[in-house]
Amino acid sequence: MTTVGVVVFPGTNCEFDVADAVRRCGAHPQLIWHNDTDLAGVDAVILPGGFAHGDYLRTGAIARFSPVMGSVACFAQGGGPVVGICNGFQVLCEAGLLPGALQKNAGLKFLCQSTEVQVASTDNVLTAACRPKLRLRLPINHFEGNYTIDAVGARRLRDAGQVVLTYVDNPNGSVDDIAGVCNSEGNVVGLMPHPERAVDALAGSADGRVLVEGILASARGGRRLAHARS
Amino acid sequence: MIFDVVVDVASHEGIADPQGATIERALPALGFEGVRQVRVGKSIRFTLEAGDDRGARALVEDMCERFLTNPVIERSQIIVTPRRS
Repeated sequence: MTTVGVVVFPGTNCEFDVADAVRRCGAHPQLIWHNDTDLAGVDAVILPGGFAHGDYLRTGAIARFSPVMGSVACFAQGGGPVVGICNGFQVLCEAGLLPGALQKNAGLKFLCQSTEVQVASTDNVLTAACRPKLRLRLPINHFEGNYTIDAVGARRLRDAGQVVLTYVDNPNGSVDDIAGVCNSEGNVVGLMPHPERAVDALAGSADGRVLVEGILASARGGRRLAHARS
Repeated sequence: MIFDVVVDVASHEGIADPQGATIERALPALGFEGVRQVRVGKSIRFTLEAGDDRGARALVEDMCERFLTNPVIERSQIIVTPRRS
């Protein structure tokens, strides 16, 4: 059975939602404490949302030094699918596994709402199963979701198809309406919206399911996808 | 030698600073006119043991590069003062 490693830092609070979503989509979630470094038997890694290490100094700044992050970097280097959601996205940026940074929302409001995003590229482990320009309704829940990168970096992301998701109506001031990006190989993806909270219509939307299933499909054939790209 | 270190962290010019913008908008309401370019940052203070001034500064620059700041969005100004014993 496909196993998804769900990394838990002190202060992570979305690990059970992610584990539940993974289970509902037919795979086995395995919680991995941040001091563990063993990713053997894991087919994909998800860094869930929360406030890792209290978000002290900057969001993700301390989490990046957790022992597990060395293993996550190795796993990513080997082409394994790695997805960071919300705080997980911030951690991946701080760790240098994704370009850019996330700063406070324009308007300085903590945003907790439903939002519409559009699939901007499909050459990555998250949206591989989506058709281009597919629109999804997903919840966002963040204070530091304002994706920031300089003009040169933003153009590079656009040209290389590394912008994965964009907001239809930009809620937080992100450069180019960016809601999610991937690395140049497409096997590391970060996004601010929470697909794991939208896998059942009972929760308001099941649109996140296609993304969770995308991660699982990539986990099954993940290394092939990464190699095909590079 | 012991040094007193102050690291002043602020966002790069050109990076939106919503906190600074909010303060700038609020000041005229209290009658403070003519305030422009408000930037909000943070300062990190500590003491550091190092051989000399240059060595201390080099260490702090390395800390800033690798941990204390995120060079994508922030820049830092470092003040190193030898402590008189």
